[in-house]
Amino acid sequence: MQKAGSVPSTSGSPLWLLAEVTYKCPLHCVFCYNPVDYTTYGEELSTEDWLRVLRQGRELGAAQLGFSGGEPLVRDDLEIMVAEARKLGYYSNLITSGVGLNEKRIAGFKEGGLDHIQLSFQDSTRELNDFLSSTRTFDLKRKVAKLIKQHDYPMVLNCVLHRHNIDHVEQILEMAEAMEAEYVELANTQYYGWAFVNREQLLPTREQVVRAEEATNRFRQRIGTKMRIFFVVPDYFEERPKACMNGWGAVFLTITADGLALPCHEARRLPGLNFPSVRDHDLGWIWRDSPGFNAYRGDAWMQEPCRSCPEKTKDFGGCRCQAFLLTGDATRADPVCSLSPDHPVVAAALQSARQPAAKPILFRDDANSRLLSKVPTGHG
Amino acid sequence: MAERAALDDATVPEFARQYRFQWEPAQQAHVLLFPEGMIKLGGSAGEILKRVDGKASVGAIVEALRQAFPGADLRADVMQFLEEAHAKGWIRAKHLG
Repeated sequence: MQKAGSVPSTSGSPLWLLAEVTYKCPLHCVFCYNPVDYTTYGEELSTEDWLRVLRQGRELGAAQLGFSGGEPLVRDDLEIMVAEARKLGYYSNLITSGVGLNEKRIAGFKEGGLDHIQLSFQDSTRELNDFLSSTRTFDLKRKVAKLIKQHDYPMVLNCVLHRHNIDHVEQILEMAEAMEAEYVELANTQYYGWAFVNREQLLPTREQVVRAEEATNRFRQRIGTKMRIFFVVPDYFEERPKACMNGWGAVFLTITADGLALPCHEARRLPGLNFPSVRDHDLGWIWRDSPGFNAYRGDAWMQEPCRSCPEKTKDFGGCRCQAFLLTGDATRADPVCSLSPDHPVVAAALQSARQPAAKPILFRDDANSRLLSKVPTGHG
Repeated sequence: MAERAALDDATVPEFARQYRFQWEPAQQAHVLLFPEGMIKLGGSAGEILKRVDGKASVGAIVEALRQAFPGADLRADVMQFLEEAHAKGWIRAKHLG
């Protein structure tokens, strides 16, 4: 989530509010970061709940708002939320697969004041796009891209990268250029949720990553400022962890479909934190005072090698969720860091992905969610 | 447009489509919001950009600032800032007529 041009807040208020308005999704992407046990969650927030959350978030200082999911277009009250967001002064973004975005709805968003749209593609080819999402959506997405430009929207084209499509980076960028996207996010898969379950089948090789970065840089040189390209590096290949969320409870606030407030969209699976629901608490209390949001602020929670590391103010010890996922202890250093005693688990994951076991790739769907809800996953 | 050395007194600047300029009470600052980011502006940048409305020309903006801050010779600074904002793509010259 660290992006060029964004500044961390100094005032202690959240800048980003991510509204995961539903976990329902017509797509079944194998790399989805949504929690695998989403089928076990309670009822979705009502329209009134969301409008209250938006007001309270804005009062706290949040300025960027993402409507995400699942597929946010599944909610037929999205137009109401969009209009309220604009009234409150948010800069709002619809993060969508495109499925369900028709003439009528986009006109409604324009009228309500939605600021921009992020459209996902799974690949530059129909075959792979449709296979990875387990849907026939490629042609529909192309139509939606046209619709977005017809309505004079700035467009962010997002493509999640992994072993099966990372060699197509150049073609993906050419597709984005032809669609007149202003921004492209080449987001290497982060291994959480469904992507973690499918990690062995998704991790690219180091050579693939290097080639993709080179291709991206060549394209950047040619295209100049017409299209901005974010290449989100796959952190498993790095020597240092990402400054996840710019620090725990620093600038980022996620509200889940069923109403939990989280410091990031993965945090609900961390044990013992009991994140509060916006049904029971005011966002101000949640952000400032709730135990969950304070759990990993500052550095008192850190173990060595983070505690005495001069880089701890820069990367905050990396990602708490990744530390938990790979070591079973959220207070350890993110194993991506080469200084972490657990770093070998990352090397082992990269190694085993070179000869993946012959097991099927798991698509994100309700049946698989119910299956995975019964089996604990994690610990590398 | 970026290639043309760009702004003279008659140019009417406006914000590029993907940028929104507004006052943020929580930051106590003017900011520029755009997809995936926010730029917090310093005091003088805020004073200049709040006069960019797609109607006032560069000359009129300089004049308005002169009246708001009498005694300061700010023309060169304002021009330099607007040129930079233009080069960064925050503002563009409005097509007139």
